[in-house]
Amino acid sequence: MDKQNIQSESAISCKSINKTYDAIEALKGVDFEVERGEIFGIIGPDGAGKTTLFRILTTLILADSGTASVDGFDVVNDYKEIRKRVGYMPGKFSLYQDLTVEENLNFFATVFNTTIEENYELIKDIYQQIEPFKNRRAGKLSGGMKQKLALSCALIHKPSVLFLDEPTTGVDPVSRKEFWGMLKNLKAQGITILVSTPYMDEASLCDRIALIQNGQFLKIDTPKNIVSQYENKLLAVQSDNMYKLLNDLRASELTSNCFAFGDKHHVSVSSEQLSINNLKETLDKLGHTNIEIREIEPTIEDCFMQLSQK
Amino acid sequence: MMILLLMPIIQIILFGFALTTEVKDTQVAVLVPTNDEASSRIIDKLNASAYFDVVARIHTTDEIQPVFRDAKAKLVVVFEDHFGEKLRHNGTAHIQLLADATDPNAATSFTFYASNIINSYQQELMGENKNPYQITPEVKMLFNPQMKSSFNFVPGVLGMIMLLICAMMTSIAIVREKEMGTMEILLVSPMKPIYIILSKITPYFVLSCVNFATIMVLSVFVLGVPIAGSFMSLVAVSLLYIFVSLSFGLLVSTITHSQQAAMLVSGMGLMIPVMLLSGMMFPIENMPLPLQFISNIVPAKWYIRAVKAIMIEGLGITSVLKEVGVLCLMGIVLVTISLKKFKVRLE
Repeated sequence: MDKQNIQSESAISCKSINKTYDAIEALKGVDFEVERGEIFGIIGPDGAGKTTLFRILTTLILADSGTASVDGFDVVNDYKEIRKRVGYMPGKFSLYQDLTVEENLNFFATVFNTTIEENYELIKDIYQQIEPFKNRRAGKLSGGMKQKLALSCALIHKPSVLFLDEPTTGVDPVSRKEFWGMLKNLKAQGITILVSTPYMDEASLCDRIALIQNGQFLKIDTPKNIVSQYENKLLAVQSDNMYKLLNDLRASELTSNCFAFGDKHHVSVSSEQLSINNLKETLDKLGHTNIEIREIEPTIEDCFMQLSQK
Repeated sequence: MMILLLMPIIQIILFGFALTTEVKDTQVAVLVPTNDEASSRIIDKLNASAYFDVVARIHTTDEIQPVFRDAKAKLVVVFEDHFGEKLRHNGTAHIQLLADATDPNAATSFTFYASNIINSYQQELMGENKNPYQITPEVKMLFNPQMKSSFNFVPGVLGMIMLLICAMMTSIAIVREKEMGTMEILLVSPMKPIYIILSKITPYFVLSCVNFATIMVLSVFVLGVPIAGSFMSLVAVSLLYIFVSLSFGLLVSTITHSQQAAMLVSGMGLMIPVMLLSGMMFPIENMPLPLQFISNIVPAKWYIRAVKAIMIEGLGITSVLKEVGVLCLMGIVLVTISLKKFKVRLE
């Protein structure tokens, strides 16, 4: 009966988690639930509290207040159970640099009371890509290969929940793309994945995301819903003098806010303000040349910027 | 930073005042078969000098061995039978100076100072009576008749190497796991933290056993230091000492977070006390009381004493029970504290 109970519970559940380091409030009342078999992304800038949250959930540190459970087990009282059934890949590459690829994998298989053969199916796709280098020392691998090895090691015991703390930081775009492909495959095998990333473009690859800033969740929803709930219209504005343009746009009453976004400025305007022609005229008067204004679809990053302004 | 500024101050004071190889208040036992004026005058003179402290008076030669065994005295002054009478009637008498030569340098100084005092008494007698009196001090180095310094330093090196390997290397090895982040992954695994620690300790345990064996082989076959006592008791005491050192290393690893800090703590907390306060280089008896007191908490002091007793003086394990007891106690206390302090989490 207990088992039934556990099955019906969500994979991860957090209730008003608080954590303070000295004077810094790393987490301020974090609440969320992760369903079984979903890829849940925690999206936020460096120092937002992502790693702290991961460490609390992987039982490495204790929260000051609030409760959390993983796979139906309490992170404080049942930490031993949790440690048996989760896979954890810390943000910093944390394998034995002086052991070879194969030795690392073997070592972690032994630590988790299993063998490479037993769960080879699960890691096959990932491990095959680094197998040609299996006699190379882990410290000598490239960033993308290190990350594949770390993922293989975190998966070797077929965890029910996988914690990936910024797995793609410092990894080239091709490997990043591959990596997310692998996560999709793992999800298909029924593994719940909690992944954090500072890259907003990766957010759309998650089933649901939580936007985190300064230890607080700004919003939890599917990436689609978050984008569709963007309150204003978004314009991409370009001219010859981009720096002056940014200042002028921010000063203008016609816009709510404005951010530099690659080679364009993303300008948020409320529906009442929206008048591309008005804006163009105003900028013309301010002496801007080659003005280009286009209405665009907001991205997760735009949503994050807007939410973090509130 | 504070360490850098404080270190010279502490060292200057330690070396300048506390740690000296000078002879000062060395415990002396006297064997007086027949009480007479001449022997008591000499004893008074010894006692009155700053160098010696007469702590025991024995009456038979059988009592000499126990005096050394229980470390009651470093020097035994043996007067011959009817010393005073012989001196008065024959004009010559004999005194034997028996020194514990496991520390040859100290033994030489003791006998040198004692002979001088006896000589000065002889001079006084000559002045009074104008008669040629002749007191012949006969020096005998016990346990180490050839005065080999290796008799002193082999136990010292043993004490130091074991502590270095076990305590310093263990703590650094464990702290390195923390620093590299691998501890984080190991903790989030079914492996019990205590097994992680045990598996980190085992290689260094094996290593120190190998080291112990090599030091033994070298000292016996190359330096010619015999193992006078039971080899098994020597091994037993050493294993106990390794255990104490390992638990010390464990303690250091639980309170430090970087390899550097671990190195500093074990360096400052172990190396210097072991070198200075274990009695390996400087006789503990000569230190001021506070330092003598501190030296009691240096495990190496007790180990070196036990090794000297068993290996050089050839005593059985029963005569080092006190040392063994102290080491046991230290081990238990250290293990208890470090297991209490050991965290199953990161902080």
